[in-house]
Amino acid sequence: MLKRFVASAIAVATLLTVPSPGRAQTAQPAPAPRHDISGIWDPANGRGDGIMGTGAKAMPEDGKPEHQLPYTPLGLATLALHKPGNGARMVHPSEINDPEVVSCDPQGLPRENLYELRTTQILQTPLSVVILYEFDKIWRVIWADGRELEKEHPEPRWFGYSVGKWEDDYTFVVQTNGTDERTWLDKAGRPHSEDLVMTERFHRVSQDRLEWTVIIDDPKMYTKTWVALDKFPMKLLPPTTDVREMLCSNTEFKAYHKAMEFLDPDAK
Amino acid sequence: MKDIPASIVFVVVGLLVVSVPLFAHHGNAAFDPASVTVKGTVTDWTWGNPHCFVKFDAKDDQGAIVHWVAETSNPSDMVDRGWTKQSLKPGYEVTVTMQIVKSGKPIGRVQRIVLADGKVLSTTLPPAPKTNQ
Repeated sequence: MLKRFVASAIAVATLLTVPSPGRAQTAQPAPAPRHDISGIWDPANGRGDGIMGTGAKAMPEDGKPEHQLPYTPLGLATLALHKPGNGARMVHPSEINDPEVVSCDPQGLPRENLYELRTTQILQTPLSVVILYEFDKIWRVIWADGRELEKEHPEPRWFGYSVGKWEDDYTFVVQTNGTDERTWLDKAGRPHSEDLVMTERFHRVSQDRLEWTVIIDDPKMYTKTWVALDKFPMKLLPPTTDVREMLCSNTEFKAYHKAMEFLDPDAK
Repeated sequence: MKDIPASIVFVVVGLLVVSVPLFAHHGNAAFDPASVTVKGTVTDWTWGNPHCFVKFDAKDDQGAIVHWVAETSNPSDMVDRGWTKQSLKPGYEVTVTMQIVKSGKPIGRVQRIVLADGKVLSTTLPPAPKTNQ
Protein backbone atom coordinates (compact mmCIF):
# COMPACT_ATOMS: atom_id res chain seq x y z
CA MET A 1 0.00 0.00 0.00
CA LEU A 2 2.78 2.40 0.99
CA LYS A 3 4.76 1.58 -2.17
CA ARG A 4 1.70 2.25 -4.29
CA PHE A 5 1.14 5.59 -2.53
CA VAL A 6 4.77 6.63 -3.04
CA ALA A 7 4.62 5.62 -6.71
CA SER A 8 1.47 7.67 -7.20
CA ALA A 9 2.98 10.66 -5.45
CA ILE A 10 6.06 10.48 -7.68
CA ALA A 11 3.87 10.24 -10.77
CA VAL A 12 1.88 13.30 -9.75
CA ALA A 13 5.03 15.24 -8.90
CA THR A 14 6.52 14.33 -12.28
CA LEU A 15 3.43 15.56 -14.08
CA LEU A 16 3.60 18.82 -12.20
CA THR A 17 7.31 19.48 -12.71
CA VAL A 18 8.11 18.11 -16.17
CA PRO A 19 6.69 20.36 -18.88
CA SER A 20 4.52 18.78 -21.49
CA PRO A 21 5.26 19.67 -25.14
CA GLY A 22 2.44 22.19 -25.01
CA ARG A 23 3.47 23.63 -21.66
CA ALA A 24 7.12 23.99 -22.72
CA GLN A 25 6.26 26.87 -25.01
CA THR A 26 6.31 29.89 -22.75
CA ALA A 27 4.40 32.88 -23.96
CA GLN A 28 6.56 35.68 -25.28
CA PRO A 29 6.16 38.90 -23.31
CA ALA A 30 4.32 41.66 -25.08
CA PRO A 31 6.69 44.15 -26.71
CA ALA A 32 7.54 47.36 -24.94
CA PRO A 33 5.51 50.39 -25.93
CA ARG A 34 7.44 53.21 -27.60
CA HIS A 35 8.57 56.13 -25.42
CA ASP A 36 6.67 54.84 -22.42
CA ILE A 37 8.01 53.77 -19.03
CA SER A 38 4.82 54.62 -17.17
CA GLY A 39 3.21 52.14 -14.82
CA ILE A 40 3.40 50.76 -11.30
CA TRP A 41 6.57 48.75 -10.89
CA ASP A 42 7.88 46.39 -8.24
CA PRO A 43 11.32 44.80 -7.86
CA ALA A 44 11.00 41.76 -10.12
CA ASN A 45 13.00 39.46 -7.86
CA GLY A 46 10.90 40.19 -4.79
CA ARG A 47 10.37 43.27 -2.67
CA GLY A 48 13.43 42.41 -0.59
CA ASP A 49 15.65 42.87 -3.64
CA GLY A 50 15.26 46.64 -3.52
CA ILE A 51 16.14 47.14 0.14
CA MET A 52 19.92 47.18 -0.34
CA GLY A 53 20.70 47.51 3.36
CA THR A 54 24.43 46.97 2.76
CA GLY A 55 24.64 49.63 0.09
CA ALA A 56 24.17 50.02 -3.64
CA LYS A 57 23.22 46.65 -5.08
CA ALA A 58 25.88 46.56 -7.77
CA MET A 59 28.60 47.60 -5.29
CA PRO A 60 27.59 46.56 -1.77
CA GLU A 61 29.78 47.40 1.22
CA ASP A 62 30.65 43.77 1.90
CA GLY A 63 34.42 43.93 2.21
CA LYS A 64 35.04 42.19 -1.13
CA PRO A 65 37.90 43.77 -3.12
CA GLU A 66 35.78 43.89 -6.28
CA HIS A 67 33.29 46.12 -4.46
CA GLN A 68 35.88 48.61 -3.24
CA LEU A 69 34.91 52.00 -4.62
CA PRO A 70 37.49 54.31 -6.28
CA TYR A 71 37.56 56.89 -3.51
CA THR A 72 39.51 60.12 -3.71
CA PRO A 73 41.29 61.15 -0.48
CA LEU A 74 38.32 63.42 0.29
CA GLY A 75 35.95 60.54 -0.44
CA LEU A 76 37.79 58.29 1.99
CA ALA A 77 37.90 60.99 4.66
CA THR A 78 34.18 61.67 4.29
CA LEU A 79 33.38 57.98 4.33
CA ALA A 80 35.21 57.65 7.63
CA LEU A 81 32.88 60.22 9.19
CA HIS A 82 29.78 58.21 8.23
CA LYS A 83 28.80 55.53 10.74
CA PRO A 84 26.27 53.16 9.15
CA GLY A 85 24.21 50.46 10.79
CA ASN A 86 24.73 48.01 7.95
CA GLY A 87 27.49 46.58 5.84
CA ALA A 88 31.11 45.82 6.58
CA ARG A 89 31.53 49.08 8.54
CA MET A 90 28.37 48.73 10.62
CA VAL A 91 28.34 50.13 14.15
CA HIS A 92 26.04 49.71 17.13
CA PRO A 93 22.73 51.58 16.69
CA SER A 94 23.73 54.08 19.38
CA GLU A 95 26.69 55.14 17.21
CA ILE A 96 24.86 55.39 13.88
CA ASN A 97 24.94 58.92 12.45
CA ASP A 98 22.94 58.20 9.31
CA PRO A 99 20.73 61.32 8.91
CA GLU A 100 17.83 59.25 7.64
CA VAL A 101 18.03 56.76 10.48
CA VAL A 102 18.64 59.10 13.41
CA SER A 103 16.78 62.21 12.26
CA CYS A 104 14.12 61.11 9.79
CA ASP A 105 15.85 63.29 7.17
CA PRO A 106 14.92 62.84 3.51
CA GLN A 107 17.07 60.26 1.77
CA GLY A 108 17.49 62.50 -1.27
CA LEU A 109 19.11 61.33 -4.45
CA PRO A 110 20.80 59.07 -5.38
CA ARG A 111 19.87 57.19 -2.18
CA GLU A 112 16.15 57.07 -2.87
CA ASN A 113 17.12 54.74 -5.73
CA LEU A 114 19.65 52.79 -3.68
CA TYR A 115 17.89 52.03 -0.40
CA GLU A 116 14.36 50.77 0.13
CA LEU A 117 13.51 50.84 -3.57
CA ARG A 118 10.00 49.49 -3.34
CA THR A 119 6.82 49.81 -5.36
CA THR A 120 7.40 52.70 -7.73
CA GLN A 121 4.83 54.49 -9.84
CA ILE A 122 5.98 56.31 -12.96
CA LEU A 123 3.73 58.87 -14.60
CA GLN A 124 4.34 60.66 -17.87
CA THR A 125 3.09 64.02 -19.08
CA PRO A 126 3.97 65.71 -22.38
CA LEU A 127 6.63 67.69 -20.54
CA SER A 128 7.88 65.47 -17.77
CA VAL A 129 8.24 62.10 -16.14
CA VAL A 130 7.14 61.89 -12.52
CA ILE A 131 8.33 59.15 -10.17
CA LEU A 132 6.37 58.29 -7.03
CA TYR A 133 8.35 56.24 -4.53
CA GLU A 134 6.65 54.15 -1.87
CA PHE A 135 9.43 54.69 0.67
CA ASP A 136 8.99 58.07 2.34
CA LYS A 137 6.08 58.70 -0.07
CA ILE A 138 8.44 60.81 -2.16
CA TRP A 139 7.84 62.21 -5.62
CA ARG A 140 10.26 63.76 -8.09
CA VAL A 141 9.84 65.47 -11.44
CA ILE A 142 12.16 64.77 -14.37
CA TRP A 143 11.83 67.38 -17.06
CA ALA A 144 11.51 65.84 -20.53
CA ASP A 145 10.67 68.93 -22.56
CA GLY A 146 13.95 69.16 -24.42
CA ARG A 147 15.72 71.44 -21.98
CA GLU A 148 19.35 70.95 -21.08
CA LEU A 149 20.41 70.25 -17.51
CA GLU A 150 21.72 73.46 -15.98
CA LYS A 151 25.23 73.18 -14.58
CA GLU A 152 24.60 75.69 -11.80
CA HIS A 153 21.57 75.99 -9.55
CA PRO A 154 20.52 78.66 -7.07
CA GLU A 155 20.52 76.12 -4.26
CA PRO A 156 21.10 72.42 -3.72
CA ARG A 157 18.02 70.24 -3.24
CA TRP A 158 17.54 66.96 -1.42
CA PHE A 159 16.46 65.43 -4.74
CA GLY A 160 18.46 67.68 -7.03
CA TYR A 161 17.43 68.75 -10.51
CA SER A 162 16.66 66.17 -13.19
CA VAL A 163 16.36 66.27 -16.96
CA GLY A 164 15.65 63.25 -19.15
CA LYS A 165 15.73 62.40 -22.84
CA TRP A 166 14.76 59.39 -24.92
CA GLU A 167 17.95 57.76 -26.16
CA ASP A 168 15.93 55.40 -28.33
CA ASP A 169 12.34 54.17 -28.43
CA TYR A 170 12.70 52.18 -25.21
CA THR A 171 15.44 53.87 -23.18
CA PHE A 172 14.90 57.03 -21.14
CA VAL A 173 18.14 58.53 -19.85
CA VAL A 174 18.05 60.95 -16.92
CA GLN A 175 20.76 63.17 -15.51
CA THR A 176 20.51 64.67 -12.04
CA ASN A 177 22.75 67.24 -10.36
CA GLY A 178 22.45 69.92 -7.69
CA THR A 179 21.90 67.39 -4.91
CA ASP A 180 22.39 68.15 -1.24
CA GLU A 181 25.66 66.70 0.02
CA ARG A 182 24.29 66.24 3.54
CA THR A 183 22.64 63.05 2.31
CA TRP A 184 24.44 59.75 2.10
CA LEU A 185 24.69 58.09 -1.28
CA ASP A 186 23.47 54.77 0.11
CA LYS A 187 22.73 52.98 3.37
CA ALA A 188 26.36 51.95 3.76
CA GLY A 189 27.40 55.58 4.16
CA ARG A 190 29.09 56.15 0.82
CA PRO A 191 29.49 59.93 0.36
CA HIS A 192 28.66 62.28 -2.47
CA SER A 193 29.35 65.95 -3.05
CA GLU A 194 27.34 68.72 -4.65
CA ASP A 195 29.32 68.04 -7.83
CA LEU A 196 27.62 64.67 -8.22
CA VAL A 197 26.01 63.90 -11.55
CA MET A 198 23.80 60.84 -11.41
CA THR A 199 22.82 59.18 -14.67
CA GLU A 200 19.82 56.86 -14.71
CA ARG A 201 18.92 54.61 -17.60
CA PHE A 202 15.35 53.32 -17.67
CA HIS A 203 15.22 50.62 -20.32
CA ARG A 204 11.85 49.07 -21.02
CA VAL A 205 12.66 45.55 -22.12
CA SER A 206 9.06 44.51 -22.73
CA GLN A 207 5.55 45.51 -21.76
CA ASP A 208 5.98 44.17 -18.26
CA ARG A 209 9.69 44.58 -17.62
CA LEU A 210 11.84 47.64 -16.89
CA GLU A 211 15.56 47.76 -16.14
CA TRP A 212 16.87 50.58 -13.97
CA THR A 213 20.54 51.52 -14.02
CA VAL A 214 22.22 54.17 -11.85
CA ILE A 215 25.68 55.53 -12.65
CA ILE A 216 27.62 57.74 -10.24
CA ASP A 217 29.97 60.47 -11.44
CA ASP A 218 31.39 62.57 -8.61
CA PRO A 219 35.04 63.53 -9.17
CA LYS A 220 35.32 65.08 -5.70
CA MET A 221 34.58 61.75 -4.04
CA TYR A 222 35.47 59.13 -6.67
CA THR A 223 38.34 58.96 -9.15
CA LYS A 224 36.10 57.45 -11.83
CA THR A 225 32.45 56.78 -12.55
CA TRP A 226 30.91 53.62 -11.17
CA VAL A 227 27.68 51.69 -11.55
CA ALA A 228 25.54 51.59 -8.43
CA LEU A 229 22.50 49.83 -9.88
CA ASP A 230 22.98 47.62 -12.89
CA LYS A 231 19.89 46.84 -14.95
CA PHE A 232 17.87 46.34 -11.79
CA PRO A 233 14.76 44.45 -12.92
CA MET A 234 11.32 45.86 -12.20
CA LYS A 235 8.08 44.09 -13.09
CA LEU A 236 4.85 45.81 -14.06
CA LEU A 237 2.00 45.57 -11.57
CA PRO A 238 -1.69 45.89 -12.41
CA PRO A 239 -2.71 49.53 -12.95
CA THR A 240 -5.18 49.24 -10.08
CA THR A 241 -2.43 48.42 -7.55
CA ASP A 242 -2.90 50.41 -4.35
CA VAL A 243 0.60 51.47 -3.34
CA ARG A 244 1.13 51.36 0.39
CA GLU A 245 2.03 54.30 2.58
CA MET A 246 5.46 54.31 4.15
CA LEU A 247 6.32 57.54 5.92
CA CYS A 248 8.77 58.57 8.59
CA SER A 249 6.46 60.02 11.24
CA ASN A 250 8.29 61.83 14.00
CA THR A 251 5.78 60.59 16.54
CA GLU A 252 6.22 56.96 15.55
CA PHE A 253 9.95 57.44 15.11
CA LYS A 254 10.42 58.74 18.66
CA ALA A 255 8.20 56.05 20.14
CA TYR A 256 10.19 53.34 18.40
CA HIS A 257 13.58 54.68 19.48
CA LYS A 258 12.42 55.11 23.04
CA ALA A 259 11.04 51.59 23.21
CA MET A 260 14.07 49.93 21.64
CA GLU A 261 16.60 52.19 23.42
CA PHE A 262 18.55 52.37 20.19
CA LEU A 263 19.93 55.84 20.81
CA ASP A 264 21.06 54.92 24.30
CA PRO A 265 24.83 54.30 24.37
CA ASP A 266 24.39 52.34 27.59
CA ALA A 267 22.23 49.82 25.72
CA LYS A 268 25.22 48.20 23.99
CA MET B 1 17.10 10.61 11.46
CA LYS B 2 14.94 7.85 10.01
CA ASP B 3 12.38 8.44 12.78
CA ILE B 4 11.76 12.02 11.65
CA PRO B 5 8.99 12.33 9.07
CA ALA B 6 10.52 13.50 5.79
CA SER B 7 7.86 16.17 5.34
CA ILE B 8 8.94 17.89 8.55
CA VAL B 9 12.60 17.79 7.50
CA PHE B 10 11.73 19.33 4.14
CA VAL B 11 9.68 22.07 5.73
CA VAL B 12 12.41 22.94 8.23
CA VAL B 13 15.20 22.85 5.64
CA GLY B 14 13.06 24.82 3.23
CA LEU B 15 12.43 27.54 5.78
CA LEU B 16 16.13 27.74 6.57
CA VAL B 17 17.06 28.02 2.90
CA VAL B 18 14.47 30.41 1.50
CA SER B 19 13.34 32.68 4.33
CA VAL B 20 14.23 36.30 3.72
CA PRO B 21 14.54 38.61 6.71
CA LEU B 22 13.94 42.24 5.91
CA PHE B 23 15.38 44.13 8.85
CA ALA B 24 17.84 46.74 7.71
CA HIS B 25 16.99 50.08 9.25
CA HIS B 26 19.24 49.86 12.31
CA GLY B 27 21.35 46.99 11.10
CA ASN B 28 22.33 43.88 12.97
CA ALA B 29 25.12 45.00 15.26
CA ALA B 30 22.96 45.24 18.37
CA PHE B 31 21.57 41.72 18.21
CA ASP B 32 22.90 38.34 19.15
CA PRO B 33 22.18 36.02 16.23
CA ALA B 34 21.03 33.21 18.53
CA SER B 35 17.29 32.75 18.95
CA VAL B 36 15.48 32.63 22.28
CA THR B 37 11.86 31.82 22.97
CA VAL B 38 9.85 33.54 25.70
CA LYS B 39 6.23 33.03 26.74
CA GLY B 40 4.32 36.05 27.89
CA THR B 41 1.28 38.30 27.70
CA VAL B 42 0.98 41.19 25.27
CA THR B 43 0.69 44.62 26.87
CA ASP B 44 0.96 46.77 23.73
CA TRP B 45 1.33 46.45 19.97
CA THR B 46 2.48 49.47 18.00
CA TRP B 47 1.90 49.52 14.26
CA GLY B 48 4.20 52.14 12.77
CA ASN B 49 7.40 53.14 11.05
CA PRO B 50 10.27 52.58 10.98
CA HIS B 51 9.31 49.34 12.72
CA CYS B 52 6.32 47.88 14.51
CA PHE B 53 7.00 46.62 18.02
CA VAL B 54 5.27 44.50 20.60
CA LYS B 55 5.53 44.87 24.35
CA PHE B 56 4.84 41.84 26.49
CA ASP B 57 5.34 40.72 30.07
CA ALA B 58 6.93 37.41 31.00
CA LYS B 59 8.16 35.84 34.21
CA ASP B 60 11.87 35.17 34.67
CA ASP B 61 13.31 32.13 36.43
CA GLN B 62 12.61 33.70 39.83
CA GLY B 63 9.02 34.50 38.97
CA ALA B 64 9.60 38.24 38.61
CA ILE B 65 7.81 40.05 35.81
CA VAL B 66 10.07 41.17 32.96
CA HIS B 67 8.84 43.83 30.55
CA TRP B 68 9.93 42.83 27.06
CA VAL B 69 9.86 44.83 23.84
CA ALA B 70 10.56 43.31 20.44
CA GLU B 71 10.48 44.85 16.99
CA THR B 72 9.25 43.52 13.68
CA SER B 73 9.75 45.14 10.28
CA ASN B 74 7.65 48.06 9.06
CA PRO B 75 3.90 47.88 8.34
CA SER B 76 4.40 47.57 4.58
CA ASP B 77 6.58 44.49 5.01
CA MET B 78 4.38 43.02 7.72
CA VAL B 79 1.30 43.22 5.50
CA ASP B 80 3.17 41.01 3.01
CA ARG B 81 3.62 38.51 5.83
CA GLY B 82 -0.01 38.47 6.83
CA TRP B 83 0.20 40.77 9.87
CA THR B 84 -2.16 43.66 10.55
CA LYS B 85 -2.62 46.37 13.13
CA GLN B 86 -5.05 43.95 14.82
CA SER B 87 -2.71 40.94 14.86
CA LEU B 88 -1.84 41.44 18.53
CA LYS B 89 -3.86 42.92 21.38
CA PRO B 90 -3.21 43.47 25.08
CA GLY B 91 -3.95 40.27 26.95
CA TYR B 92 -2.98 37.89 24.16
CA GLU B 93 -0.91 34.96 25.38
CA VAL B 94 2.08 34.67 23.06
CA THR B 95 5.19 32.60 22.56
CA VAL B 96 7.81 34.86 21.04
CA THR B 97 10.91 33.58 19.29
CA MET B 98 13.40 36.39 18.77
CA GLN B 99 16.97 37.57 18.71
CA ILE B 100 17.81 39.68 21.72
CA VAL B 101 20.25 42.55 22.15
CA LYS B 102 23.78 41.74 23.22
CA SER B 103 23.46 43.93 26.31
CA GLY B 104 21.14 41.35 27.81
CA LYS B 105 18.29 43.83 28.17
CA PRO B 106 14.80 42.46 27.46
CA ILE B 107 14.80 43.91 23.96
CA GLY B 108 14.45 41.76 20.90
CA ARG B 109 13.76 41.36 17.21
CA VAL B 110 10.84 39.06 16.49
CA GLN B 111 11.32 36.04 14.30
CA ARG B 112 8.04 34.32 15.09
CA ILE B 113 5.08 34.67 17.41
CA VAL B 114 2.75 31.79 18.19
CA LEU B 115 -0.67 32.77 19.51
CA ALA B 116 -2.65 30.79 22.07
CA ASP B 117 -4.75 29.22 19.29
CA GLY B 118 -1.63 27.98 17.53
CA LYS B 119 -1.63 30.60 14.79
CA VAL B 120 1.92 31.46 13.74
CA LEU B 121 2.94 35.01 12.82
CA SER B 122 6.29 34.97 11.07
CA THR B 123 8.54 37.88 10.15
CA THR B 124 10.14 36.09 7.21
CA LEU B 125 8.85 35.59 3.72
CA PRO B 126 9.89 33.24 0.93
CA PRO B 127 11.52 35.16 -1.93
CA ALA B 128 9.77 35.61 -5.23
CA PRO B 129 10.94 33.26 -7.95
CA LYS B 130 14.00 34.47 -9.82
CA THR B 131 13.32 35.72 -13.31
CA ASN B 132 15.44 35.10 -16.38
CA GLN B 133 14.97 38.50 -17.90
